[in-house]
Amino acid sequence: MPELSTTVTSERPASLWELFVACTCLAMQGFGGVIAVAQREFCVRRHWLTPAQFLEMLNTAQVLPGANVCNLTGMVGDRFFGWRGAFVALAGMLVLPMAGMLLVAWAIALVPAQSSAQDLIQGALRGITIVAAGQIMGTVLRLAAPLKQHPLKGPTCVALVALAFAMSAFLRWPLIWVLLGLGSASCLLTYATLRRQPPHGGTQGQGS
Amino acid sequence: MSAAQAGDWATCLELFQHFLSMSLLSIGGAITLVSEMHRILVDEAKVLSDLAFTNAIALAQAAPGPNVLFVALIGWYSARFGGALSSMAGIMLPSSTLTLLVSRWVGTHRHWVSVRAFQAGMTPVTVGLLLASGWLLAPPVQDIAPFAISMLVALLVWRTRVSLMALIGLGGLLGALGWV
Repeated sequence: MPELSTTVTSERPASLWELFVACTCLAMQGFGGVIAVAQREFCVRRHWLTPAQFLEMLNTAQVLPGANVCNLTGMVGDRFFGWRGAFVALAGMLVLPMAGMLLVAWAIALVPAQSSAQDLIQGALRGITIVAAGQIMGTVLRLAAPLKQHPLKGPTCVALVALAFAMSAFLRWPLIWVLLGLGSASCLLTYATLRRQPPHGGTQGQGS
Repeated sequence: MSAAQAGDWATCLELFQHFLSMSLLSIGGAITLVSEMHRILVDEAKVLSDLAFTNAIALAQAAPGPNVLFVALIGWYSARFGGALSSMAGIMLPSSTLTLLVSRWVGTHRHWVSVRAFQAGMTPVTVGLLLASGWLLAPPVQDIAPFAISMLVALLVWRTRVSLMALIGLGGLLGALGWV
Protein backbone atom coordinates (compact mmCIF):
# COMPACT_ATOMS: atom_id res chain seq x y z
CA MET A 1 0.00 0.00 0.00
CA PRO A 2 1.59 3.24 -1.03
CA GLU A 3 -0.72 5.28 1.20
CA LEU A 4 -0.24 6.08 4.86
CA SER A 5 -1.27 3.06 6.88
CA THR A 6 -2.24 5.12 9.93
CA THR A 7 -5.83 6.35 10.21
CA VAL A 8 -6.75 7.58 6.77
CA THR A 9 -9.35 10.33 6.93
CA SER A 10 -12.20 10.26 4.49
CA GLU A 11 -13.89 13.44 5.62
CA ARG A 12 -13.58 16.63 3.61
CA PRO A 13 -15.28 20.02 3.43
CA ALA A 14 -18.60 19.71 1.62
CA SER A 15 -18.37 23.13 0.00
CA LEU A 16 -16.19 26.19 -0.42
CA TRP A 17 -18.44 27.89 2.09
CA GLU A 18 -17.73 25.24 4.73
CA LEU A 19 -14.02 25.68 4.07
CA PHE A 20 -14.34 29.45 4.43
CA VAL A 21 -16.27 29.15 7.70
CA ALA A 22 -13.83 26.60 9.12
CA CYS A 23 -10.85 28.82 8.36
CA THR A 24 -12.57 31.89 9.80
CA CYS A 25 -13.42 29.95 12.97
CA LEU A 26 -9.91 28.74 13.50
CA ALA A 27 -8.35 32.12 12.77
CA MET A 28 -10.66 33.85 15.25
CA GLN A 29 -9.59 31.42 17.99
CA GLY A 30 -5.89 31.80 17.33
CA PHE A 31 -4.21 34.29 19.63
CA GLY A 32 -0.49 34.50 19.09
CA GLY A 33 -0.34 31.22 17.24
CA VAL A 34 -2.98 29.95 14.87
CA ILE A 35 -1.07 26.71 14.26
CA ALA A 36 -2.30 25.51 17.65
CA VAL A 37 -5.92 25.90 16.64
CA ALA A 38 -5.39 24.77 13.05
CA GLN A 39 -4.11 21.40 14.21
CA ARG A 40 -7.08 20.93 16.50
CA GLU A 41 -9.65 22.01 13.91
CA PHE A 42 -8.28 20.16 10.87
CA CYS A 43 -7.19 16.95 12.60
CA VAL A 44 -9.13 16.52 15.84
CA ARG A 45 -12.47 18.21 15.25
CA ARG A 46 -13.09 17.96 11.51
CA HIS A 47 -10.86 15.01 10.55
CA TRP A 48 -9.87 16.59 7.24
CA LEU A 49 -6.23 15.61 7.76
CA THR A 50 -4.38 13.03 9.81
CA PRO A 51 -1.82 14.40 12.28
CA ALA A 52 0.93 12.95 10.07
CA GLN A 53 -0.45 14.69 6.96
CA PHE A 54 -0.73 17.91 8.92
CA LEU A 55 2.90 17.71 9.98
CA GLU A 56 4.05 16.90 6.44
CA MET A 57 2.23 19.90 5.04
CA LEU A 58 3.53 22.05 7.83
CA ASN A 59 7.09 21.12 6.87
CA THR A 60 6.59 22.42 3.36
CA ALA A 61 4.74 25.47 4.66
CA GLN A 62 7.55 26.20 7.08
CA VAL A 63 10.49 26.27 4.65
CA LEU A 64 8.73 28.48 2.10
CA PRO A 65 8.36 32.24 2.44
CA GLY A 66 5.18 33.46 4.09
CA ALA A 67 3.45 32.78 7.39
CA ASN A 68 3.51 29.02 7.97
CA VAL A 69 -0.15 28.92 8.96
CA CYS A 70 -1.22 30.89 5.86
CA ASN A 71 0.82 28.63 3.61
CA LEU A 72 -0.65 25.60 5.32
CA THR A 73 -4.21 26.86 5.03
CA GLY A 74 -3.73 27.65 1.35
CA MET A 75 -2.42 24.13 0.82
CA VAL A 76 -5.40 22.61 2.64
CA GLY A 77 -7.79 24.60 0.45
CA ASP A 78 -5.85 23.59 -2.66
CA ARG A 79 -5.97 19.92 -1.63
CA PHE A 80 -9.78 19.89 -1.61
CA PHE A 81 -10.82 22.48 -4.21
CA GLY A 82 -7.72 23.53 -6.19
CA TRP A 83 -6.84 27.19 -6.69
CA ARG A 84 -10.31 28.33 -5.72
CA GLY A 85 -10.04 26.42 -2.48
CA ALA A 86 -6.69 27.97 -1.68
CA PHE A 87 -8.06 31.44 -2.28
CA VAL A 88 -11.21 30.82 -0.24
CA ALA A 89 -9.29 29.25 2.64
CA LEU A 90 -6.88 32.18 2.80
CA ALA A 91 -9.70 34.69 2.56
CA GLY A 92 -11.48 32.87 5.39
CA MET A 93 -8.34 33.02 7.46
CA LEU A 94 -7.71 36.73 6.89
CA VAL A 95 -10.88 38.72 6.23
CA LEU A 96 -12.71 38.64 9.55
CA PRO A 97 -9.63 38.79 11.82
CA MET A 98 -8.36 41.71 9.77
CA ALA A 99 -11.65 43.58 9.98
CA GLY A 100 -11.81 42.93 13.71
CA MET A 101 -8.25 44.05 14.27
CA LEU A 102 -8.63 47.26 12.31
CA LEU A 103 -11.75 48.00 14.32
CA VAL A 104 -9.86 47.42 17.58
CA ALA A 105 -6.92 49.56 16.41
CA TRP A 106 -9.36 52.31 15.56
CA ALA A 107 -11.08 52.00 18.96
CA ILE A 108 -7.83 51.92 20.93
CA ALA A 109 -6.70 55.06 19.12
CA LEU A 110 -9.78 56.75 20.59
CA VAL A 111 -8.87 55.77 24.17
CA PRO A 112 -6.60 58.44 25.66
CA ALA A 113 -3.09 57.28 26.57
CA GLN A 114 -2.26 57.22 30.33
CA SER A 115 -5.88 56.42 31.26
CA SER A 116 -7.11 53.55 33.41
CA ALA A 117 -8.90 52.11 30.39
CA GLN A 118 -5.61 52.05 28.53
CA ASP A 119 -3.98 50.25 31.50
CA LEU A 120 -6.78 47.69 31.46
CA ILE A 121 -6.24 47.05 27.75
CA GLN A 122 -2.48 46.70 28.13
CA GLY A 123 -2.95 44.33 31.09
CA ALA A 124 -5.38 42.14 29.18
CA LEU A 125 -3.04 42.02 26.18
CA ARG A 126 -0.22 40.94 28.47
CA GLY A 127 -2.31 38.18 30.04
CA ILE A 128 -3.34 36.91 26.62
CA THR A 129 0.26 36.82 25.45
CA ILE A 130 1.32 34.74 28.46
CA VAL A 131 -1.37 32.16 27.74
CA ALA A 132 -0.74 32.20 23.99
CA ALA A 133 2.93 31.37 24.52
CA GLY A 134 2.03 28.31 26.56
CA GLN A 135 -0.57 27.30 24.01
CA ILE A 136 1.93 27.30 21.20
CA MET A 137 4.38 25.12 23.11
CA GLY A 138 1.67 22.70 24.25
CA THR A 139 0.35 22.32 20.71
CA VAL A 140 3.79 21.73 19.29
CA LEU A 141 4.39 18.94 21.79
CA ARG A 142 1.05 17.42 20.79
CA LEU A 143 1.93 17.93 17.15
CA ALA A 144 5.19 16.06 17.59
CA ALA A 145 3.44 12.73 18.23
CA PRO A 146 4.01 11.39 14.66
CA LEU A 147 7.76 11.73 15.29
CA LYS A 148 7.51 8.33 16.96
CA GLN A 149 7.27 6.76 13.50
CA HIS A 150 10.16 8.81 12.17
CA PRO A 151 12.80 6.96 10.12
CA LEU A 152 15.49 8.37 12.39
CA LYS A 153 15.64 6.81 15.84
CA GLY A 154 14.03 8.49 18.84
CA PRO A 155 17.17 9.95 20.47
CA THR A 156 18.35 11.44 17.15
CA CYS A 157 14.96 13.11 16.68
CA VAL A 158 14.96 14.51 20.19
CA ALA A 159 18.48 15.83 19.70
CA LEU A 160 17.47 17.55 16.43
CA VAL A 161 14.42 19.12 18.07
CA ALA A 162 16.55 20.36 20.99
CA LEU A 163 19.23 21.74 18.66
CA ALA A 164 16.72 23.62 16.51
CA PHE A 165 15.10 24.98 19.68
CA ALA A 166 18.40 26.12 21.17
CA MET A 167 19.63 27.71 17.94
CA SER A 168 16.47 29.74 17.64
CA ALA A 169 15.53 30.47 21.28
CA PHE A 170 18.95 30.92 22.90
CA LEU A 171 21.48 31.60 20.14
CA ARG A 172 18.85 33.68 18.27
CA TRP A 173 20.13 32.54 14.88
CA PRO A 174 18.14 33.85 11.92
CA LEU A 175 15.65 31.21 10.88
CA ILE A 176 17.17 30.83 7.43
CA TRP A 177 20.45 29.54 8.92
CA VAL A 178 18.69 27.01 11.10
CA LEU A 179 16.70 25.77 8.12
CA LEU A 180 19.67 25.69 5.78
CA GLY A 181 22.17 24.33 8.29
CA LEU A 182 20.38 21.96 10.62
CA GLY A 183 17.51 21.37 8.18
CA SER A 184 19.71 20.16 5.34
CA ALA A 185 21.82 18.05 7.72
CA SER A 186 18.66 16.44 9.05
CA CYS A 187 17.33 15.82 5.53
CA LEU A 188 20.60 14.23 4.41
CA LEU A 189 20.65 11.99 7.47
CA THR A 190 17.06 10.95 6.81
CA TYR A 191 17.86 10.35 3.14
CA ALA A 192 20.78 8.10 4.04
CA THR A 193 18.60 6.20 6.53
CA LEU A 194 15.76 5.72 4.04
CA ARG A 195 18.25 4.47 1.43
CA ARG A 196 19.74 1.96 3.82
CA GLN A 197 16.37 0.55 4.87
CA PRO A 198 15.82 -2.91 3.43
CA PRO A 199 12.90 -2.61 0.99
CA HIS A 200 9.76 -4.43 2.09
CA GLY A 201 9.35 -7.53 -0.08
CA GLY A 202 10.90 -7.25 -3.53
CA THR A 203 11.17 -3.90 -5.26
CA GLN A 204 8.27 -2.25 -3.50
CA GLY A 205 9.28 0.79 -1.41
CA GLN A 206 8.10 1.20 2.15
CA GLY A 207 5.13 3.54 1.59
CA SER A 208 6.03 6.67 3.55
CA MET B 1 -9.10 66.15 2.59
CA SER B 2 -8.92 65.50 -1.14
CA ALA B 3 -5.21 66.32 -1.20
CA ALA B 4 -4.71 63.83 1.63
CA GLN B 5 -6.72 61.30 -0.37
CA ALA B 6 -4.40 61.65 -3.34
CA GLY B 7 -1.44 61.25 -1.00
CA ASP B 8 -3.11 58.13 0.38
CA TRP B 9 -3.29 56.52 -3.04
CA ALA B 10 0.40 57.16 -3.61
CA THR B 11 1.16 55.72 -0.16
CA CYS B 12 -0.97 52.66 -0.87
CA LEU B 13 0.91 51.98 -4.07
CA GLU B 14 4.21 52.49 -2.30
CA LEU B 15 3.21 50.08 0.49
CA PHE B 16 2.08 47.52 -2.07
CA GLN B 17 5.43 47.66 -3.86
CA HIS B 18 7.48 47.45 -0.66
CA PHE B 19 5.59 44.46 0.67
CA LEU B 20 5.54 42.77 -2.73
CA SER B 21 9.32 42.93 -2.86
CA MET B 22 9.68 41.64 0.71
CA SER B 23 7.21 38.77 0.41
CA LEU B 24 9.56 36.15 -1.01
CA LEU B 25 12.15 36.94 1.67
CA SER B 26 9.77 36.14 4.50
CA ILE B 27 11.00 32.64 5.29
CA GLY B 28 9.65 31.77 8.72
CA GLY B 29 6.86 34.28 8.39
CA ALA B 30 6.55 38.01 7.86
CA ILE B 31 7.54 38.54 11.49
CA THR B 32 11.17 37.74 10.57
CA LEU B 33 11.15 40.85 8.38
CA VAL B 34 10.25 43.24 11.17
CA SER B 35 13.64 44.94 11.34
CA GLU B 36 13.79 45.17 7.55
CA MET B 37 10.29 46.69 7.43
CA HIS B 38 11.23 49.18 10.11
CA ARG B 39 14.27 50.25 8.12
CA ILE B 40 12.33 50.65 4.87
CA LEU B 41 9.00 52.07 6.06
CA VAL B 42 9.92 54.11 9.14
CA ASP B 43 13.51 55.21 8.48
CA GLU B 44 13.54 55.58 4.71
CA ALA B 45 10.04 55.98 3.26
CA LYS B 46 8.72 57.57 6.49
CA VAL B 47 5.16 56.41 5.82
CA LEU B 48 4.53 55.85 9.55
CA SER B 49 6.04 56.76 12.92
CA ASP B 50 8.16 54.50 15.10
CA LEU B 51 5.42 54.46 17.76
CA ALA B 52 2.74 53.42 15.27
CA PHE B 53 5.04 50.67 14.00
CA THR B 54 5.58 49.25 17.50
CA ASN B 55 1.88 49.52 18.31
CA ALA B 56 1.00 47.60 15.18
CA ILE B 57 3.18 44.68 16.20
CA ALA B 58 2.01 44.56 19.83
CA LEU B 59 -1.64 44.73 18.86
CA ALA B 60 -1.38 42.06 16.18
CA GLN B 61 0.38 39.77 18.65
CA ALA B 62 -2.57 39.94 21.03
CA ALA B 63 -5.40 39.88 18.46
CA PRO B 64 -6.78 36.67 16.99
CA GLY B 65 -5.64 35.59 13.55
CA PRO B 66 -2.34 34.88 11.87
CA ASN B 67 0.61 37.05 12.95
CA VAL B 68 1.03 38.30 9.39
CA LEU B 69 -1.94 40.60 10.06
CA PHE B 70 0.49 43.03 11.67
CA VAL B 71 1.27 43.97 8.07
CA ALA B 72 -2.35 45.07 7.68
CA LEU B 73 -2.01 47.20 10.80
CA ILE B 74 1.19 48.81 9.52
CA GLY B 75 -0.72 49.59 6.34
CA TRP B 76 -3.63 50.96 8.35
CA TYR B 77 -1.42 53.27 10.42
CA SER B 78 0.22 54.48 7.18
CA ALA B 79 -2.79 54.98 4.92
CA ARG B 80 -5.94 53.71 6.67
CA PHE B 81 -8.10 51.09 4.98
CA GLY B 82 -6.52 51.28 1.53
CA GLY B 83 -3.11 50.92 3.10
CA ALA B 84 -4.18 47.82 5.01
CA LEU B 85 -5.55 46.14 1.89
CA SER B 86 -2.66 47.02 -0.41
CA SER B 87 -0.07 45.94 2.19
CA MET B 88 -1.75 42.58 2.78
CA ALA B 89 -2.09 41.95 -0.96
CA GLY B 90 1.57 42.75 -1.44
CA ILE B 91 2.85 40.46 1.31
CA MET B 92 0.50 37.54 0.52
CA LEU B 93 0.46 37.23 -3.30
CA PRO B 94 4.02 36.14 -4.12
CA SER B 95 4.53 33.80 -1.16
CA SER B 96 1.13 32.12 -1.48
CA THR B 97 1.55 31.53 -5.20
CA LEU B 98 4.98 30.00 -4.66
CA THR B 99 3.66 27.81 -1.85
CA LEU B 100 0.90 26.36 -3.98
CA LEU B 101 3.25 25.62 -6.87
CA VAL B 102 5.78 23.91 -4.62
CA SER B 103 3.22 21.96 -2.59
CA ARG B 104 1.63 20.62 -5.77
CA TRP B 105 5.03 19.54 -7.03
CA VAL B 106 5.78 17.85 -3.71
CA GLY B 107 2.36 16.17 -3.81
CA THR B 108 3.00 14.57 -7.20
CA HIS B 109 6.54 13.50 -6.35
CA ARG B 110 5.96 12.17 -2.86
CA HIS B 111 7.12 8.67 -3.81
CA TRP B 112 10.65 9.97 -4.47
CA VAL B 113 13.03 9.04 -1.67
CA SER B 114 14.47 12.56 -1.72
CA VAL B 115 11.04 14.13 -1.27
CA ARG B 116 10.24 11.76 1.59
CA ALA B 117 13.64 12.47 3.13
CA PHE B 118 12.91 16.18 2.90
CA GLN B 119 9.49 15.86 4.49
CA ALA B 120 10.62 13.57 7.27
CA GLY B 121 13.95 15.30 7.73
CA MET B 122 12.45 18.74 8.23
CA THR B 123 9.96 17.54 10.86
CA PRO B 124 12.20 17.61 13.97
CA VAL B 125 13.61 20.99 12.90
CA THR B 126 10.11 22.40 12.41
CA VAL B 127 9.05 21.13 15.82
CA GLY B 128 12.10 22.70 17.49
CA LEU B 129 11.58 26.02 15.73
CA LEU B 130 7.90 26.21 16.66
CA LEU B 131 8.75 25.40 20.28
CA ALA B 132 11.24 28.25 20.18
CA SER B 133 8.64 30.69 18.84
CA GLY B 134 6.43 29.87 21.83
CA TRP B 135 9.39 30.19 24.17
CA LEU B 136 10.33 33.62 22.80
CA LEU B 137 6.78 34.85 23.23
CA ALA B 138 6.64 33.61 26.85
CA PRO B 139 7.70 35.81 29.77
CA PRO B 140 11.35 35.44 30.86
CA VAL B 141 12.11 32.76 33.47
CA GLN B 142 12.85 35.44 36.11
CA ASP B 143 9.16 36.48 36.12
CA ILE B 144 8.33 33.36 38.08
CA ALA B 145 4.52 33.52 38.23
CA PRO B 146 3.82 34.51 34.60
CA PHE B 147 6.44 32.05 33.37
CA ALA B 148 4.86 29.29 35.47
CA ILE B 149 1.45 30.12 33.99
CA SER B 150 2.82 29.79 30.46
CA MET B 151 4.33 26.41 31.28
CA LEU B 152 1.15 25.24 33.01
CA VAL B 153 -0.87 26.21 29.93
CA ALA B 154 1.63 24.33 27.75
CA LEU B 155 1.17 21.23 29.88
CA LEU B 156 -2.63 21.51 29.84
CA VAL B 157 -2.80 21.94 26.06
CA TRP B 158 -0.39 19.08 25.52
CA ARG B 159 -2.03 16.56 27.84
CA THR B 160 -5.72 17.53 27.97
CA ARG B 161 -8.42 18.78 25.62
CA VAL B 162 -9.07 21.96 27.55
CA SER B 163 -10.66 24.73 25.47
CA LEU B 164 -8.09 27.06 23.96
CA MET B 165 -10.55 29.96 23.94
CA ALA B 166 -11.32 29.55 27.65
CA LEU B 167 -7.62 29.73 28.47
CA ILE B 168 -7.20 32.89 26.42
CA GLY B 169 -10.22 34.46 28.09
CA LEU B 170 -8.86 33.59 31.51
CA GLY B 171 -5.46 35.05 30.58
CA GLY B 172 -7.06 38.28 29.40
CA LEU B 173 -9.09 38.51 32.59
CA LEU B 174 -6.11 37.90 34.89
CA GLY B 175 -4.13 40.46 32.92
CA ALA B 176 -6.87 43.09 33.04
CA LEU B 177 -7.20 42.58 36.81
CA GLY B 178 -3.47 43.17 37.07
CA TRP B 179 -2.74 39.77 38.63
CA VAL B 180 -0.09 38.76 36.12
